[in-house]
Amino acid sequence: MDKSDIGHHISQQYNAELEELRNRVLAMGGLVEKQIFDAVKALAESDRDLADQVIKIDYQVNAMEVNIDEECTQILARRQPAASDLRLIVAVIKTITDLERIGDQAEKVARMGLRLAEEERPKDNYLELQNMGKLAQDMLNHALDAFARMDVEAAIKVAHQDLNVDNQYESIMRQRITHMMEDPRSIARSLDVMWAARALERIGDHSRNISEYVIYLVKGKDVRHIGLEQMKKEALETRD
Amino acid sequence: MNSDTGMTHAIKMDHLQRERVRMNVESEEIAITVENLNLFYADSQALNDISIKIPENRVTAFIGPSGCGKSTLLRCFNRMNDLIDSVRIEGKIILNGENIFDKSVNVADLRRRVGMVFQKPNPFPKSIYENVAYGLRIQGVNNRRVLDESVEKALKGAALWDEVKDRLHESAMGMSGGQQQRLVIARSIAIEPEVLLLDEPASALDPISTLKIEELIYELKSDYTIVIVTHNMQQAARVSDYTAFMYMGDMIEYSDTNSIFTNPAKKQTEDYITGRYG
Repeated sequence: MDKSDIGHHISQQYNAELEELRNRVLAMGGLVEKQIFDAVKALAESDRDLADQVIKIDYQVNAMEVNIDEECTQILARRQPAASDLRLIVAVIKTITDLERIGDQAEKVARMGLRLAEEERPKDNYLELQNMGKLAQDMLNHALDAFARMDVEAAIKVAHQDLNVDNQYESIMRQRITHMMEDPRSIARSLDVMWAARALERIGDHSRNISEYVIYLVKGKDVRHIGLEQMKKEALETRD
Repeated sequence: MNSDTGMTHAIKMDHLQRERVRMNVESEEIAITVENLNLFYADSQALNDISIKIPENRVTAFIGPSGCGKSTLLRCFNRMNDLIDSVRIEGKIILNGENIFDKSVNVADLRRRVGMVFQKPNPFPKSIYENVAYGLRIQGVNNRRVLDESVEKALKGAALWDEVKDRLHESAMGMSGGQQQRLVIARSIAIEPEVLLLDEPASALDPISTLKIEELIYELKSDYTIVIVTHNMQQAARVSDYTAFMYMGDMIEYSDTNSIFTNPAKKQTEDYITGRYG
């Protein structure tokens, strides 16, 4: 299935519904992406107002999930979609769940930002978290791109990127453990940093999930829980 | 943990393994084998080199747009096309190791083994009982007790017994459309065929009667090989184990129903079942 196929139904109304659905998922994804950006920025710059705004906007993200879910239910009931249309609906239902969770993680980062704002800021403005935030945000951006363009290879790249995010997370953990051992007074702050890093690491995992749904959508193959190499093999396999 | 219930809550790990077992025609017993079948109505070819294996005790659905040849193919299985003068057929259809087009095959006998139900219920203007007993009487069965037993068994098999047992000798024409269709199915199975061909069996029925017919199809497949032609794709998805998609006399794709409806291999199939124009 490629992107242009959404608009080829005999029923124009059905075309419009699926196109609208796809656009709403992308709009939700765009908002969530901005939430990550703002949350990390608020943390790095001790910007309480921005952190508050992220926390407030998470309600909007939740509402979008509920609305898109409702729309999917209606299409299932009224159209009984099959084949690629069915896979689109299933992929959308799953994608928005992950997007909503990414929203929650961004909110968590913002909350950590509020707490860290009480403390003395390090000279590097939490550069390691900024870098990791950039990686996580990139991953989501690419996953959404892959969804929009129904691009399997791009989806595989997203899964690869998750390894970088995981590595960053490991390195922040090690660094923080060292800090804590050296200076117990830093434990409170280090824990907050670790929570924020954990949230960003989870964002990477959710983005990888989304890229797996893209592969399901395009290829009809379930590539969850099978490891990167196997995933690549299955996703790029062509049918007779 | 309560020791009484401890065991029943144990998780069986093998159930958690990912199951990827798909139905596959190759691993089935085959009831009907079609080999390189071509069919012509005078000069125009209606079926192009069709080869397909219909598995035993399964429901196989033929889907496709009007004029794609699905009903024509279905009618080949009991040689209904013989009734049309201009029809010419090449190729083989093998049932029980025998080509049904062989000269030695008795067509009446073939139609006893391969029963057929049509779109519009066609009960005879006789009593319910006589409708079901009709085929047996033709076969020369006249023993009242044998007939009674067979009629009851067939009506039960067609999920109609409870509705009509008190009025067996009333006219079949007074039944509802859904009941008539089940009566016709009862008439077909009374003579214990091997294969049951259903040509749009529910398209003239209301949703409830349709569901009853579908439920019946599900129950009948343990005893019969069923081939169904339907325009209703959701119906094909609901009742069949295998689905064949035909287009312009060609067999485009034939696979297990799950694959056809979630991830068809051919774009033409995809376009048809999702309602796209190719």
